[in-house]
Amino acid sequence: MKISKDAVRHVAELARLEFKEDELERFSEQLGNILEYMEKLNEIDTASIEPTFHVLGLSTPLREDVVKPWLSLDEALENAPEKEEGFFTVPKFIED
Amino acid sequence: MELPFLSIREVSELINRKEVSPVELTQSILDRIEGVDSKIHAYITILGEEALRVSKEAEKQISSGTYLGALHGVPISVKDIFVMKGTRTTCGSKILENFVSPYDAMVVEKLKHSGAIIVGKNNMDEFAMGSSTENSYFGPTRNPWDLERVPGGSSGGSAAATSASICFASVGTDTGGSIRQPAALCGIVGLKPTYGRVSRFGMVAFASSLDQGGPLTKTVEDAALMLNVIAGGDARDSTSVHIPVPDYAMQLDGEIKGIRVGVPKEYFIKGIDVEVEGAVKNAIRLIEDLGCPVEEISLPHTEYAVSTYYLIAPSEASSNLARYDGVRYGFRVPDSNSLREMYHRTRAEGFGAEVKRRIMIGTYALSAGYYDAYYLKAQRVRTLIKRDFEEAFKKVDIIITPTSPEVAFKIGEKTDDPLKMYLSDIFTIPCNLAGLPGISIPCGFTSGGLPIGLQFLGRPFDEETILRVAHAYELRTNWRGRRPPI
Repeated sequence: MKISKDAVRHVAELARLEFKEDELERFSEQLGNILEYMEKLNEIDTASIEPTFHVLGLSTPLREDVVKPWLSLDEALENAPEKEEGFFTVPKFIED
Repeated sequence: MELPFLSIREVSELINRKEVSPVELTQSILDRIEGVDSKIHAYITILGEEALRVSKEAEKQISSGTYLGALHGVPISVKDIFVMKGTRTTCGSKILENFVSPYDAMVVEKLKHSGAIIVGKNNMDEFAMGSSTENSYFGPTRNPWDLERVPGGSSGGSAAATSASICFASVGTDTGGSIRQPAALCGIVGLKPTYGRVSRFGMVAFASSLDQGGPLTKTVEDAALMLNVIAGGDARDSTSVHIPVPDYAMQLDGEIKGIRVGVPKEYFIKGIDVEVEGAVKNAIRLIEDLGCPVEEISLPHTEYAVSTYYLIAPSEASSNLARYDGVRYGFRVPDSNSLREMYHRTRAEGFGAEVKRRIMIGTYALSAGYYDAYYLKAQRVRTLIKRDFEEAFKKVDIIITPTSPEVAFKIGEKTDDPLKMYLSDIFTIPCNLAGLPGISIPCGFTSGGLPIGLQFLGRPFDEETILRVAHAYELRTNWRGRRPPI
């Protein structure tokens, strides 16, 4: 199975990754090989089998909506690559 | 007396009797780290000063008559996937190279409350993705038994450190075998508890429906002592389970007569190392001699486990790792002209090759047009794998298998072939997919002197039975008597 370089580029765009030309080549081959191995699952008829998304089958636990102390603003911002006046800052993304 | 080579149980008795001081003990471990870790690189961060400070507190408490239990004053380490307040948590990644956590993981909090002394953070495959610890941004860990070989992964630093006696135990994580396989390859004990038994709060997420923290130790009893401390429900992890935690160590009485053992025929396949197969079969005979009836069982969907896992785990990872975007914490590439460029370049430069590969597999499997064929299909097969175990546990109480089809392989041997690396996990993955507890313990050595691991799988939340049988086996053997030449 071969995954085209265009398909790899598309998936990389979805995943917010980017690859150089030689990496694209290698990834399309490796992903193809891996997905080909996954095709093995098609040997099994699972039409009537329910999926197991989670082994415990837990439902979402609910609690009272009460405020509890957690990180302060300064602590929450401590690891920010860039910050300004109590906010995270990012490159401009709204067109003028 | 060579303090670092003792078990937790042995050293805790000396501490409790005030024959050894926590300060002296911590210094002996720090000295040994200094001498040994440059050869194996089991640590990313060593917390020498902090450890000594805590050891002085422990000493003060103990000498004034407050003894908190078996871990009090005992130097241990944790995989660098658990956040610890005020210290760096890298998860083996460049993208978190300078991340300093503002809070403690539940596991870290519980260890601190038990009086344990955390001496450092262990090396690991980046974001726990790997079976050899070669995927760490900080360089590989080496196997203490043979420095040319891998320690297994992804908790390879935890396993190597415990095996080399540069900590008394470590806490790792296991998503598809990442505690048990390195424990096997390093000749120590590794326990993956039932999914939900140990809180995942503050444990960096890889695949949330599979990840589980657990101990790597020198003995089965030590694993029980560690689990006593770290197990339990946590309101901050909605998938942790709020049921009573038994005293696991109390139950280890060596008496295992009548416990029914199943040996799945699908785990003795072509390609398994003959010396591994031989050692495991010898171990099963010994357990039978101890009074456990052994029968062959079948887990018919075993051959689909690797495909199932390598669709589900990367899918969950691709979603979990979306948070590393250079905005709130972690690495950000400088000088981007747009937000889009910043995201792409930050992630392209911040993640290593295997992590990108898994994000790509997962994104592909979840993308429009492929979701049903890959992700949903894998979740349906997961149901069948889980059912195999449910059927088997109607007839037997525990299942025994090899932990890994092979012993420690050479560094670099599998790095060019991801699929070959993935197949290393063939015997450990089904346990995670079904959410079961599993333990790996040493059961011998190859003629070349490399450790071999034996795996026990139990019913959900029945860690006791696998610990009891593993302990009884350990009492009758003396694999721990052999130490790595380091």
